[in-house]
Amino acid sequence: MIHAERALDALGDRTRRRVFARLRNRSCSAGELAQGMNVTRSAVSQHLQVLKAAGLVVVRADGTRRLYQVDMRGVEVLRRWLDGFWDETLSAFKEAAERAANKARRS
Amino acid sequence: MAEQITSGASDPNSVRKVVSVQAPREVAWRVFTEQMAKWWPLAMYKIGKATAVDAVIEPRVGGRWYERGDDGSTCDWGRVLAWEPRSRLVLSWDITADWQYDPALQTEIEVRFITEGDAGTRVEFEHRRLDRYGDRRDEMRTIFDKTGDWGRLLAAFAQTAVTSARAD
Repeated sequence: MIHAERALDALGDRTRRRVFARLRNRSCSAGELAQGMNVTRSAVSQHLQVLKAAGLVVVRADGTRRLYQVDMRGVEVLRRWLDGFWDETLSAFKEAAERAANKARRS
Repeated sequence: MAEQITSGASDPNSVRKVVSVQAPREVAWRVFTEQMAKWWPLAMYKIGKATAVDAVIEPRVGGRWYERGDDGSTCDWGRVLAWEPRSRLVLSWDITADWQYDPALQTEIEVRFITEGDAGTRVEFEHRRLDRYGDRRDEMRTIFDKTGDWGRLLAAFAQTAVTSARAD
């Protein structure tokens, strides 16, 4: 299981955060990530391993390349941790009940 | 969100929330028990492999509480422990700290619907028996409960971190 604390620890490092941020829009190989980052490819690979262990990225094979992408499950765990599970759920319930009540009043 | 929901006292085995809903008790009850798919964040809070399209509470004591996937599969979340239409609902929440169904877990959710003013409802919510999570109780309590100002601070930090990373 992915622990929120582990993910937060992983993102506590500035370079690792930059690696993670660069994966938000598209999958990349370690080599692509290293380009323009002023960091060696092996350093990027190490950061990716930490992010992977923290449940924030997953790797998939694309031919001979290994492509890294954001693992939404890890992001969800972080989001739960930040928002508070029941606050978010109950706020959504409140909105739905009030919408239903408004609809009943209008009809 | 903060003015709508207030958190209760600090029993380490329980998370309490109160929500004031501008809807009559009948409507609040119906939306909670019959129309869960309309408000439950199914994209995020589900345990099955399939895309979840519905969350269902069978309307009787002993009934199942489950999610239904777009492939017709179902995944149990818990059971109905008390069913008192328009006033009180108790469900077991049998989802482990690893987000798997385990009927032996038996944490409890109680929801009370109390008329408030002319056409409002005060919904009192409690998720209790978190001691059933054993040594992962505090971790789960943090996830379930509002993290308050600390959480907002971290969220702001995370946002700033992302923005600054983008600027790099």
